[in-house]
Amino acid sequence: MDLTYSAAEEAFRAEAREWLAANVPGDLASGDTAAGFAQHLEWEKRLFEARWAVVSWPEAYGGRDASIWEWLIFEEEYYRAGAPMRVTQNGIFLLAPTLFEFGTPEQQDRILPRMAAAADLWCQGWSEPGAGSDLAATKSRAVRDEEAGGWRLTGQKTWTTRGAFCTHMFGLFRTDPESERHRGLTYFMVPLDAEGVTVRGFERLDGDEGFAEVFLEDAFIADDAAIGEVGEGWRVAMATTGSERGLTLRSPGRFLSAAERLAELARDNPRASAARVDRVARTWIEAEAYQQFTLAQVTAIAAGTSTGAQSSLNKLFWSELDIHLQETALDLLGPEAELDGPWSRGFLFALAGPIYAGTNEIQRNIVAERLLGLPRK
Amino acid sequence: MRFALTDDQAALRDAARELLSRECPPDAVRAAWPGAAADPGRVAAIWARLAEMGVLGAAVPEADGGLGLGACDLVPLLEEAGRVALPLPLVETAFVAAPLLAAADGQEELLERLVGGEAIIAAGLDGSGLVPFAGVAEALLVSDGPGAPIGLLAADAAEPVDSIDGARGLGRVDIAAATPLDLDPRERAAAWDRGVLGAAAQLIGLSRTLLALSQEYVKERRQFGVPIGSFQAVKHQLANALLALEFAAPMALRAAWSIDHGAATASRDVAAAKALASDAAEQVAATALQVHGAIAYTTEYDLHLFAKRVWASARTWGDAEWQRTQVAAALDLNPGKEMR
Repeated sequence: MDLTYSAAEEAFRAEAREWLAANVPGDLASGDTAAGFAQHLEWEKRLFEARWAVVSWPEAYGGRDASIWEWLIFEEEYYRAGAPMRVTQNGIFLLAPTLFEFGTPEQQDRILPRMAAAADLWCQGWSEPGAGSDLAATKSRAVRDEEAGGWRLTGQKTWTTRGAFCTHMFGLFRTDPESERHRGLTYFMVPLDAEGVTVRGFERLDGDEGFAEVFLEDAFIADDAAIGEVGEGWRVAMATTGSERGLTLRSPGRFLSAAERLAELARDNPRASAARVDRVARTWIEAEAYQQFTLAQVTAIAAGTSTGAQSSLNKLFWSELDIHLQETALDLLGPEAELDGPWSRGFLFALAGPIYAGTNEIQRNIVAERLLGLPRK
Repeated sequence: MRFALTDDQAALRDAARELLSRECPPDAVRAAWPGAAADPGRVAAIWARLAEMGVLGAAVPEADGGLGLGACDLVPLLEEAGRVALPLPLVETAFVAAPLLAAADGQEELLERLVGGEAIIAAGLDGSGLVPFAGVAEALLVSDGPGAPIGLLAADAAEPVDSIDGARGLGRVDIAAATPLDLDPRERAAAWDRGVLGAAAQLIGLSRTLLALSQEYVKERRQFGVPIGSFQAVKHQLANALLALEFAAPMALRAAWSIDHGAATASRDVAAAKALASDAAEQVAATALQVHGAIAYTTEYDLHLFAKRVWASARTWGDAEWQRTQVAAALDLNPGKEMR
């Protein structure tokens, strides 16, 4: 056990803290609206220019070759500084790990630098009207176009976060029409300005136009749009869902800073009854527990152990912790909780946590079957 | 940064696990209960093996003739004691009393007998006057509450009282009758923290056994023609139990590290660890009972030995809610009197 950071890591923290203190913008409009998205893009470009956009990536792609520990430190500092949510997150946290693992060097060189610079903006095309939790029910299909050297995509994706503002989408398509379930799927990247692609944004529960449906009608993509082998899409996609459920999407930094803000809200607050203080302490302890769990997990990752199904534990824990935090804050605010503000917005956002990235019911199945070894049937 | 046991720490834990699983199977826990199966000799033999292993004096500073091991070394070992529901005060003797007697004046002889395995010392420092394992101890450490003066009593001063956990050897004492030990307030506070953390570690170990029993049972037990572990209603309860356990366990190690390194947050981390461990253990015990069904509601099946230890010990050394008041105070949170 050594729970201290090295001098170099502390220097990294100090540099990040200093830069963030000088550069974090004031309140931006929501990144899930057209106006707010533009403001967030400005911020992403500033992050990229200062090489803070993708700290863990190679320098050649705009990163700092930071270790996973430094990445954790950066995340802590980022949320401590109250910096904006990352509108680039589906690219940098979900697609990028897949590209690093399965992409060709050509794909990596072509796609990653533009992703880091927020020149290309990526959204995720997993869900379909008939395939939500049951992702293997994917029906959108890709038909071979031998002459043009590529594939023609037809189908519909939905609940695509920020789809209306993004330039590209990644998702699963059925390349083998005879196949069923997990077989015969291929992982493709689709430019949303391709002919035959129509994107329709629509409002989420929180009032932002953060969702989109993506309609594909014979849309052409070249062979180099496939990540991994044709027909191997499920295996490739699972690498991304691990990132989505686990650490890379929701590091402890954001919950530690939210727990601190909650404690601040409760201090000298006449509404802070003993029962509410107990809930503040409980959520604060949970955020701390997520931090300690993560330190142990990252130690294992740094030693070369894959987290595997453990990422489902992360997802269950952080999504429920987030709701506990926000609900406790609303109760401390009392009648003022309904006013538009950071806590009411945080609450509405947190409500999506147990649904996206695989519902918590699905995560509990995964925990029971893969971590506890209970029978599938 | 490295959040993992060292090779030495893992080896100590593995040795303890090997010894305890051999010497303290469920039959040995039953031997600590009053009644026909009572066998004090068998229970005493476990203690003798622990003394031979050198565990009892492990936390005594090297300057006082001990191994000078820290909380990070002992917490994994105490978790193993929980795993087998050890019916003996290992936390209290090795982790609370041994360093405390080493710090107090004039207790050299008792300490020497403690290290040799001749003197078992139980403790009840939460101010209730109840002392678990008083029935097997020679001497008792008692106090009026966390941080209050700590006194020493002969174990025969304790009146035996019935606990829901018959293996606890619970006794009730008159705290005022104890002879106060001459201790620095920091030593008293540190002894409390070690006891709380040791209790948390045992609760985590107990939870691991309760979960493992349940995991195996629902794979075997068939109803409606299938293993009941294939039902989502069962799966999700066990997934929740694992979730609570997996997020409680690292906090205990963090608290151990904070104690060993004199961190300013040590007492707060210990309180957080016990709050999580108490809640997790109660949740795991309730889940274990439910997914087993009627078989768990018997004393023939072993599950009750572990579940009763959880119910009895989750509230000693400060229950979850009390621990959260300690965390809240450390965060400068004080409940307001006025309510709007």
